[in-house]
Amino acid sequence: MFDHISIQLLLGQLLIGLINGSFYAMLSLGLAIIFGLIHVVNFAHGAQYMLGAFVALLLLNHLGIPYWGALFIAPVVVGAVGLLMEQTILKPLRHLDHLYSLLATFAAVLIMEGLMRLEFGSTGLPYASPLPGGINLGFMFLPWYRGWVVVFSLVVCIATWLLIEKTKLGAYLRAANERPEIVESFGINVPRMMSLTYAFGVGLAGLGGVLAAPIYQVSPSMGSNLMIVIFAVVVIGGMGSILGAILTGYLIGIVEGLTKVFYPEASNLAIFVIMIVALILRPNGLFSSPESSR
Amino acid sequence: MSDALLNVQNLEAWYGESKALHGMNFDVRPGELVTLIGRNGAGKSTTLRSIMGIVGKRTGSIRFDGQELINRRTFQIARTGIAYCPEERAIFSSLNVAENLTLPPVLKAGGIADDALLRQFPNLQRRLKSQGTKLSGGEQQMLAIARILRTGARFLLLDEPSEGLAPVVVKEIGEQIKALKTQGFTILLVEQNLSFARKVADRHVVVENGVVVDTLTNSELEADMARVKTYLGV
Repeated sequence: MFDHISIQLLLGQLLIGLINGSFYAMLSLGLAIIFGLIHVVNFAHGAQYMLGAFVALLLLNHLGIPYWGALFIAPVVVGAVGLLMEQTILKPLRHLDHLYSLLATFAAVLIMEGLMRLEFGSTGLPYASPLPGGINLGFMFLPWYRGWVVVFSLVVCIATWLLIEKTKLGAYLRAANERPEIVESFGINVPRMMSLTYAFGVGLAGLGGVLAAPIYQVSPSMGSNLMIVIFAVVVIGGMGSILGAILTGYLIGIVEGLTKVFYPEASNLAIFVIMIVALILRPNGLFSSPESSR
Repeated sequence: MSDALLNVQNLEAWYGESKALHGMNFDVRPGELVTLIGRNGAGKSTTLRSIMGIVGKRTGSIRFDGQELINRRTFQIARTGIAYCPEERAIFSSLNVAENLTLPPVLKAGGIADDALLRQFPNLQRRLKSQGTKLSGGEQQMLAIARILRTGARFLLLDEPSEGLAPVVVKEIGEQIKALKTQGFTILLVEQNLSFARKVADRHVVVENGVVVDTLTNSELEADMARVKTYLGV
């Protein structure tokens, strides 16, 4: 049945899956942080990812700032946009049901994408790879840039996980997730911490956008195409589970890649089949814990 | 009263549309241990939550150490030198004992150092790596009290520390609270356990339906237990 499958094809798709998984992991990580720690279903995450790619493109085209500069500047800019959005749109909704923030962020998606489409059109815009060339691995040609994306996103994911699980700041965030009023009674400015957490999660989306710009075409709809997968990753991993988002992101990327080898017709469906099975067997997600599931 | 560390005047508080305090008036002097006693739902815990700013809305006046707190936010109130230990202890399940203990930041000089806290609460020393909520009720109460002592706050709001604990543990908690008083802490204690309250307190403020209906010194309470039991419905 699988006679046509060569080891080259298998390893090649595995690597492509790992590259896609890097994006899934980084974006779902931001989404999980935002939901897990401040309980906002951030539907605008894809649009903020798109914004990161556009900021990188604009920095290059208008200010001559190359990719390596954009890698630091764009997440800060997008994080600042996120902070503004949190202060003006989400903060007044903080004490209401999650549905209200979901609807508000969905409206923000339509506005952001509409404005970008108006300014830049719907066609994708190219962004030159900062690391041209690559290496022949025998079973496939690996462009240097894609290798960089895998390594860098892994570093970002591990660093973020360590920040939340192993530092005092992370302890504040986890405690505030359980009992914000008690953490505030310790003298910690929890509302400000919540706002900055949202900005940090949004900054991660912006960083993902910068990483994606040289691989995918920079277009207003690039985030929407990815969002449904990212939400599936977060649901499978466990809503709000940081580790779950990271591991599931890579897992889903690899499963998607392997499905393309064994049954290409189902490659787009595989994620959602996994999501349904995961929801039936573990409704709180594969990696949920009592404190990360609500 | 001019020498009061905490002076509460005409304090009213709401949870949503529901009014819980109807004009509380009382004070606490430096170094005193004052209990708020009364029936369930009288407004004792709400009074502590109102002092900390953890209620929907509050009016009136709460003066602490010369500063008006009524319009301040919870974290700002904490920074004036007040620490709060809630009724349900609020031990964080996502943190281990050591993380729970060291979570509150040092806000003022004069807080108890971590190693001194562990000497004062030796049970915690053995369980530092355990999940906070895996401790026994008594140990959780010790942890909840211990962690607020590191902030440097000298005024403690303790909400029913004896609740749900075995008599031997209640006795141990009582000893710890007495020790805190000896160390110079001023304490406002919510307590329904009258025998516990009379052993540790200087004065008792009786709360009924969100107002103060009586104030007794410990000796007055001993002399007129019948009156107090009427208030408490026991």
